[in-house]
Formats: sequence, C-alpha cells, structure tokens
Amino acid sequence: MSTLTPSKIAGAGTGTPIIKIRNFDFAYGDAQALFNINMDINEKEVTAFIGPSGCGKSTFLRCFNRMNDLIEIARIKAGEIKISDVNIYNKDVDVIELRKHVGMVFQKSNPFPKSIYDNIAYGPRIQGVKKKSALDEVVERCLRSAALWDEVKDRLSESALGMSGGQQQRLCIARALAVRPKILLMDEPCSALDPIATAKVEELIHELKKDYTIIIVTHSMQQAARVSDRTAFFYLGKLIEYGQTDQIFMNPRDPQTEAYISGRFG
Amino acid sequence: MKRFYQHELEDLRTKLILIGEKANEAARIAIDGYLEGDMVKVEQAIALDDAIDQLEVEIDQASVRYITLRSPVSSDVRFILVAIKASHDLERAGDEAHNIALRAKGILNRDGCASNTVTIEQMSTLACSMMKDAITALVEENLELAQAVIARDIEVNQLHQENYKMLISGSAEIGTDSSTCFQKILISKSIERIADHAKNLAEEVIYLLT
Repeated sequence: MSTLTPSKIAGAGTGTPIIKIRNFDFAYGDAQALFNINMDINEKEVTAFIGPSGCGKSTFLRCFNRMNDLIEIARIKAGEIKISDVNIYNKDVDVIELRKHVGMVFQKSNPFPKSIYDNIAYGPRIQGVKKKSALDEVVERCLRSAALWDEVKDRLSESALGMSGGQQQRLCIARALAVRPKILLMDEPCSALDPIATAKVEELIHELKKDYTIIIVTHSMQQAARVSDRTAFFYLGKLIEYGQTDQIFMNPRDPQTEAYISGRFG
Repeated sequence: MKRFYQHELEDLRTKLILIGEKANEAARIAIDGYLEGDMVKVEQAIALDDAIDQLEVEIDQASVRYITLRSPVSSDVRFILVAIKASHDLERAGDEAHNIALRAKGILNRDGCASNTVTIEQMSTLACSMMKDAITALVEENLELAQAVIARDIEVNQLHQENYKMLISGSAEIGTDSSTCFQKILISKSIERIADHAKNLAEEVIYLLT
C-alpha cells in the first residue's frame, strides 16, 4: 500500500508545478460543483482563487487535502488531482499523511483551548515528538515563521484564547507549520480581521512563500492582487481564467473576469 | 509598518530621478554642443532621447501596475499621479533637448559655429538650473525649492521674448539666412519649453507635498 511519504511529496524547483489538476469534476450528490478543472499550481508561489460566492473556489480548495471526504454526499465524478505526481484520490493514499503535507487555515481562527505553546506542540506530539528541547525548537521556529515570537515569547503558557483575533489567526498558521507541510491552504484567512491584522497576515504570506506553496481563497480582490503570484477566477463551478496576477488584474482575457474584477458583475 | 511591496514605490522614485537626470543631461549637452560647436556632444544629446522615452514607458507601466495591484491611498496615490505626470513632462523636456540637438546639428553643419549666443547661454543656464532644482525638490521633498523654481520661469520667458525679437528683426543676424534664423528661434523656444516643463514638475512637487 503506497502512502504519501515526504520523499514523494517533495516538490521540484521553484516555478515548477507541485499540484496538477486534470479534468476534475466534483459534485455534492446530484449537484455538480466543479466542471472539468484543469490547472497546474506552482511550487513556492501564492495562488489566489477568486470568484463570487458559490462559484466553487472553497470546494476546490478543500479537494487538495480531501476535506470534502468528511461530507457524505461529496464525490469526485471524474479527473484527478496529483500532488508531486501522486494522485491524492488513489484508494491507497493515507489521508492523515496527506493532511500533514497539506495544511489548512480557516476563515475563522480556531485555536485549541490550550496554551500558546501547546497549540503549536500539538501536531508534533501526535507524531511522537516527546523531547522537550525538540518541542521547544519547533514552537520557536513556527512562532518566528508566523511573525509571532516577539509578541508572545514571554507568555507561551497562557491560553491561546486570550490572544487578539489577528494573533489567533497567525497562531493557527504557526500551528499548521509545526508538522512541516509543503502546501498551505488558506480559506479567507483575513475575512474576520481588521486592516492591521490583515496586513500582518499578508506580510506573513509573502514571507512564507519562500518555503511553502500557498493557495488562498479570498473575496478581497485587492488582497488577491497584493499577495498572489497567480490568480484563478471561478464562476459557476468553472475555471474561467487562470494566469499571472499582473495579467489577470491589468489585462484579463475573458470578459467575465474583467466584469468581476471591475465590480460590474451580474 | 512597511509593506512588502513598498520597495516598488522606491523603485518608481529611482526611475523618476533617473529620467529627470537624463532629461537635464540631454538639455545641457545639446546646448553646450551648440554653443561650443561640439558635434560629439550634439550626437550624445540625440542618442539620449531613446533612453528617456524608454524610462517614461517603464514609469507608466510601473505606476499602472502599482495602482492596479496595491490599491494605494493618500500620499502613495498622490505620488503615483505625480510620477505619471512628471515623467511625461521630463520626456517632453527630453524631446525638446533632442530638437535642440537636431537644429544645432543643422546650423553647425551649415555655418560651422553658432553666433550671437549670449541670450541662449543665459536662458539655458536658467532652464537647466530650474530642471535640476525641480528634480532635487522632488527627491528631497523640498517645498521652498519647488516654489523658487516656479518664480524663475518668468525670467526665461522674458529672455526668450528678447531673443525672439532680436532674431526676427534680423538686426543681430546680418548675413544670416532666414532658415538659420528660424532654427535659432526654435532653439530658443525649446529652451523656454524646457523651463516650462521644469515649472510643471515643480508644481507637481508642490501638489505632492501640500
């Protein structure tokens, strides 16, 4: 039985596809949500999914770590998603292993009701890391990566629930980093944050792309324009246009993309 | 908090300074070449025009990109608007320098040297110093210097008027054919236009700072 091992998921060089989606159809029961999606997502880039509510962008995002498996009526109708050339919907793929490599941050921050330290150490502990010095190293590394270390280093034992909303969201990002994923999925990570906290998360995304492949779903076109290298526009479950963010926002080829990003949609 | 794309505005500012320096250099060496009868300088001025045009295109593209992708507000959006307008003025100043150089080339080829150039020398000294100060005002965000540039424009206009009357009357141009006389008027006009563009740039700096 093959599993998605770290060696298999290791990506190629910068600018090369780490995720390949081919002829992908997805449905909730009889209602088809995604139609014949074909795209490559490059390693160590930020890819933004934009589109109106209900266009399928979050559904698509959740396909990359098989979160949709948790929904009984959800099913792949056709096609495949390959991460580092492994079809993640193969029956022998270990979903737990997959989710270690494809971390996720949600719209609303969801820290565990534990200390700041324990939130970060949770994943490594489950993986069997027991040694305190090793856990200390992971906690510091992740909090530094999430630009949180200086803000919380003196109160690591305090509850994560006492942090501000922006700090909680960055803690969730740090927690996702603790198991050393290759890919980070972000589903509207700033929608509940004020402009300053949003700016900090955007700075963080910019820093993290040096080491991680990031896919972000956002309703803010300004955010997509600011943080992403490539942008995909979805409408009614179809991928309408996908390209360099500069091109999508400055010179979109499809009139539907133009209408959406100009606010003239519908 | 400094945003991760802040350097793009710095790059834009650098390009703006560069186009300003090139436009000023083109004007200075075009006029020096004319006054000194130095064809090498004249050719250098002509050659600078392409680089100036290219910089204007780059500034336009970078400005549009920044507006589209970075959603600038407040002083950032004012700076972008100034960058677009200023680069256009500086490109036009470069065109005037190019015109001066082409006309100087014609006169020097025909007559061998320039003549009756006292007013042209005064005008060019003033116009180039205005351009230099306008660029410095932009770089150093110096409001007083920008205001001083505007005040000097009238002097260049007056000198051009004097030059024009002198050349048109032909009193100072005995023995000069009408074509050469006309080319000299156009050189004078180009220098006056360079001063106008310096004045425009100074006005844009004032808009940026107030």
